[in-house]
Amino acid sequence: MDLRLRVKTEGEATVVEIGGEIDLHVAPRLRAELLRAGEGDAPRVVVDLSEVSFLDSTGIGVLVGALKRVREKGGALNFCGVQARVRRVFEITGLMRALPIFESREAALAALWEEKADG
Amino acid sequence: MDNISPPVAEAARGRIELKIPASAQWVRVARLTVAGVASRLHFGIGDVEDIKLAVAEAINNAILHAPVAPDGEAMVSIVIESDSDGLWIIVTDEGRVQGGLSVEDSAPDFDGELPEGGLGLLLIRSLMDEVSHESGSHADTVVKMFKRLPARAARGA
Repeated sequence: MDLRLRVKTEGEATVVEIGGEIDLHVAPRLRAELLRAGEGDAPRVVVDLSEVSFLDSTGIGVLVGALKRVREKGGALNFCGVQARVRRVFEITGLMRALPIFESREAALAALWEEKADG
Repeated sequence: MDNISPPVAEAARGRIELKIPASAQWVRVARLTVAGVASRLHFGIGDVEDIKLAVAEAINNAILHAPVAPDGEAMVSIVIESDSDGLWIIVTDEGRVQGGLSVEDSAPDFDGELPEGGLGLLLIRSLMDEVSHESGSHADTVVKMFKRLPARAARGA
């Protein structure tokens, strides 16, 4: 129910698996974890949202903030595992098209090293 | 299950008032309470989730804009009223000092900057059937929202 985080290394990329409910209460913890995952030069990060059961606008702010920081450092951050509830929130806010979202973790990982992986 | 459920119109009428401290850790309690009431009204799972999120956004807004109270006494009131038409939820931020909701009314264009904030009211408006917000006479800010029961459930089918 509460936020669950698991961080893995896949080759030169970091995969952050998020589960549970992302809300105002847990947003600072998630922000800190994503900051850590995006440390170093040109970080390559995949954020897997498969187990997320609730996402509010503060959670969106954290995800978008992490993406911006990684890009500022010349890295890439891709999302995967967008389930129905998260998809609904992303669609309402227009983020379904604006974020680099991939159908599978493999696709998200592979795209980390493509030039301009998203629009 | 259907046989023992009371007619929807009978089960539907009710009023709950919940007051939580204006603190992030309490939002989940309010969310689950509202979800419980919505489920009882025979809203579908998708609608229940929509209502949960809309309520969370309204409470988040109240908390984030609550005055800095050194004694930590700022409260948020959540009134849940139901009838056979649907569910009204009124979120009142007690003791807010100034200003209205500073949020976008329509979907922003993300060709340029990606948004990190300001999506709360957009979500509420998209998820609920009716929404109004106002600053009251005592500087309290009220967000009032309504979700209509699907026609089939409202007829007691």
